[in-house]
Amino acid sequence: MGLLTSSTSITQYRIKGKLKTPVTETVYKGLKQHIIKDIDSSEAQKTFGWTSFETPYAPDFKGSSFVLDTYFVFSLRIDKKNIPPKIIRKHFTEEEKKHLARTGQEYLSRNEKRSLKDNVINVLSTRIPATPNVFDIIWRYEEASLWFFSNLKEANEDFETLFFRSFNLTPIRLFPYTAADLTAELSDAERDRLKNISPSTFME
Amino acid sequence: MLDVAVTYNKYKFLGNEFLTWLFFIIENNQGRLGKTDKEFVSLDIGNRIVLEKKNQDSVDTITVTGDDAGLEEVMISLQKGAVVIELNLLYKSGDYDWKFSIKGESLNIFSLKVPRTGSVEKKEDIEGAVLEKMYLYEKVVMLVNMLYKEFIKLRISNRWKKETAGIVSWINSC
Repeated sequence: MGLLTSSTSITQYRIKGKLKTPVTETVYKGLKQHIIKDIDSSEAQKTFGWTSFETPYAPDFKGSSFVLDTYFVFSLRIDKKNIPPKIIRKHFTEEEKKHLARTGQEYLSRNEKRSLKDNVINVLSTRIPATPNVFDIIWRYEEASLWFFSNLKEANEDFETLFFRSFNLTPIRLFPYTAADLTAELSDAERDRLKNISPSTFME
Repeated sequence: MLDVAVTYNKYKFLGNEFLTWLFFIIENNQGRLGKTDKEFVSLDIGNRIVLEKKNQDSVDTITVTGDDAGLEEVMISLQKGAVVIELNLLYKSGDYDWKFSIKGESLNIFSLKVPRTGSVEKKEDIEGAVLEKMYLYEKVVMLVNMLYKEFIKLRISNRWKKETAGIVSWINSC
């Protein structure tokens, strides 16, 4: 799901703080520093990083390719390995059998089982490629506004973590309270009333 | 500074009240809807409304789906004290149509379909396609933000009591 798909989702953010000038150069450095790194041949089961909007599977931010008109356009890529539980079970059972034969034990302790299972998952992780998911982003720096093209909780949380890590700016998600507080142009008195508001009832 | 998770949960009722109010305005006063859009034609309820009714120890969720159907069921739920927590909307502006849903507790916009745009065949087409899509998304985002702003201003004012009375009267007249 993304910016050019036929159906999309948008989560709105306000960005708190300013970047060091020249802004485009600072954004470039932040994107480059946290570019997505391949985990297909490693034991890692999940990773996330920035990628290019136009070429999400071959990230490259050179030549201000993330600048479009007055916007910054790039994407978050989350790579995750999903090993089917039945495959884990099969390999675990095989390894358990080998371990018992080798050691002469009758059964494994809880800790040994956990350790063996972790080991099985790590070995399988090096053989199973990660599934990439790409989430587009439009950042209007001058307006301190950003759209993240997904409502998925995990994707939004990963985005918020990586954005802060990359640019040292806090993205504030707009939900009922923050949207009222940050975008409704409230006076101090109105803001106080908002803080103390309680639910209405629409029943007689 | 308020904690984000606490604030989200504490005030999510505002988003549900917003959708309930929006449903009331759509059904009763279209004139209040198109203030930021010179080409505004209409905003109508689409094919899905989700309501929630809190009981003493449980929460009932009522999902009403289907084109132009189930409004009676929605009104009965409202009469029993439910609020709208998710709303699918049809927006017409100029000669074009948009379709989208809003979730009350988060104000997230989803299932957003904008008018058809030109296809992207070459790399050079991408920039134009993004800008065109941006413009089309902006129409919906601006509409939602404007409506929410109007709701919040009303909600924290002394006028809310009168508005609530109007909503209650409408719910019970159906």
